[in-house]
Amino acid sequence: MPIRERGPVTSPASTSATLGDAEVRALRADFPILAEHVGGHPLVYLDSGATAQQPLAVLDAVDDFVRHRNAAVHRGAHTLAAEATEEFEDARATVAAFVGARPEEIVWTTNATEAINIVAYGVSNASVGRGGAEARRFAIGPGDEIVATELEHHANLIPWQELAARTGASLRIVHLEDDGTLREDELASVIGERTRIVAVAHVSNVLGTVTPVERIVALAHAVGALVVLDACQSVPHRPVDVAALGVDFAAFSGHKMLGPTGVGVLWGRRELLDALPPVLTGGSMITTVSLESAEYLPAPQRFEAGTQKVAQAIGLAAAVRYLEAIGMERVREHEERLARRLLEGVSALPGMTVLGPPAGVDRGGLVSLVVDGVHAHDVGQYLDEAGIAVRVGHHCAQPLHRRFGVTATVRASTYLYTTEEEVDAFLDRLASVRSFFRVAR
Amino acid sequence: MTGGLDQLYGDLIVDHAERRVGAGLLEDPDVRSHQVNPTCGDEIWLDLAVDPERPDAVHIAWEGHGCLISQGSASMLAELLDGAPRAELPARIAAVREMLHSRGTIAGDEDVLGDAVALAGVSRYVARVKCAMLAWVALEDAVARLP
Ligand SMILES: Cc1ncc(COP(=O)(O)O)c(C=O)c1O
Repeated sequence: MPIRERGPVTSPASTSATLGDAEVRALRADFPILAEHVGGHPLVYLDSGATAQQPLAVLDAVDDFVRHRNAAVHRGAHTLAAEATEEFEDARATVAAFVGARPEEIVWTTNATEAINIVAYGVSNASVGRGGAEARRFAIGPGDEIVATELEHHANLIPWQELAARTGASLRIVHLEDDGTLREDELASVIGERTRIVAVAHVSNVLGTVTPVERIVALAHAVGALVVLDACQSVPHRPVDVAALGVDFAAFSGHKMLGPTGVGVLWGRRELLDALPPVLTGGSMITTVSLESAEYLPAPQRFEAGTQKVAQAIGLAAAVRYLEAIGMERVREHEERLARRLLEGVSALPGMTVLGPPAGVDRGGLVSLVVDGVHAHDVGQYLDEAGIAVRVGHHCAQPLHRRFGVTATVRASTYLYTTEEEVDAFLDRLASVRSFFRVAR
Repeated sequence: MTGGLDQLYGDLIVDHAERRVGAGLLEDPDVRSHQVNPTCGDEIWLDLAVDPERPDAVHIAWEGHGCLISQGSASMLAELLDGAPRAELPARIAAVREMLHSRGTIAGDEDVLGDAVALAGVSRYVARVKCAMLAWVALEDAVARLP
């Protein structure tokens, strides 16, 4: 294998404690897109929270596989099929180790949205009697409660609304404090005897809030409820050990962690995944099939019906190796430093309001803000004109925005390749947005 | 204003977004259309009421929140078409749509579109065409449902 599949081209497993600006500058060479220009300006990419950019290690791993070993996995006995299957399963083991899981607990999905839906529809299938005796533990109905929170991405809210509607269970919500943290009192009062599932994000994609997962797990498990963790904004940005966190299911997306689009992960505790009824059914997930019925493979294959996203999974494993070579604690620290710079910079500007926890508390490396008198869309356009890419809108979290009395915010999100200079370019441009739109002169 | 943004945020658009001609819903509309731009959550409510004295003409009023483009566009629509003959509305809507989808190739006829010709620059910004169309889509929906 070419050496760069193993890690950053420019910085072989660095040992220095913090990811310094010089090292960040150097590793940017691994990301060809970061050298792009937009409208004549160097691209300042502050939208990694939506989708991250991919290093050469990932592009090359995908390219190399497709050129030399491409074949369907777990089918056929020719050499390419065997090589592809081995690499596909190696990728699973790589991603598993990255999050403290066992390989058979990693289900490849299209993205986090699909992963969460697999749990919701699996529970739904169990609730109508599918999956036999061992699936009965998942069955829910009228009188049972599903708990979600006010900060959820729609991907971790709507599947539970739908599950409640299909089963007759009710959906209950833990609301937010003004500082964007979950209401402690409600956590304790809403999670109760009737609770069967608690769905919560680890890190909010809008506020940056880090939720108290350990406490939620303790509350949920005390009443026999399952915890489904939306780890989309944590796994890419900080060390995460799903087993140590104690949750029951977790979901994340490859494209937010330097990997390709089209691949995500559902993690579940082994005994749960083996008992949860499958959702998509068809080829590759069965043991024996008659014209009347079928027996299903254990996890993860029971959730991987049909021809799989092999190249994407291999690309994701390359992304994970890249992240491991840099070190997730260093990634977290780097983003924390950038978030502080962002927060302090924005707070120093007149007429700006930041949503979410202040600098100094543990939070994700992103900042969402409202500019007095200028709509988020217009702010985004003004930034784009200078080559600065941010996300504007409700970021798939309408209830959260409603909670704070706004329909749209401007979000700048960082990653390991983001520089202080980019943060400053953003702040600089932001400083003139109100005068440009004649709100202040 | 500078460079390309000048074309997008022309003075007329900004001015209309501030003046909000026709803003404020009707007490008793014949039809109300509610439209949302799902990418940003911007919304508009647009009311139509047939003029009791001139049954071929309609009154238009609207309310909403959103970016300068969507608000300016709604204001231009109301200024241009409040009291206009019903039969004329589909052609006006079609003309705006054609201009906005033209990627800068169709300037728009001021006799047909009034101040809304200033929206021509928006057509170069594909991501913003929806913002400019929001009020016109609401009008189209309302006209189709007018008894
Ligand atoms: C917190 C959170 N949950 C879920 C998702 C959904 O991820 P995907 O669209 O990749 O399924 C996202 C990303 O948009 C997210 O930020």
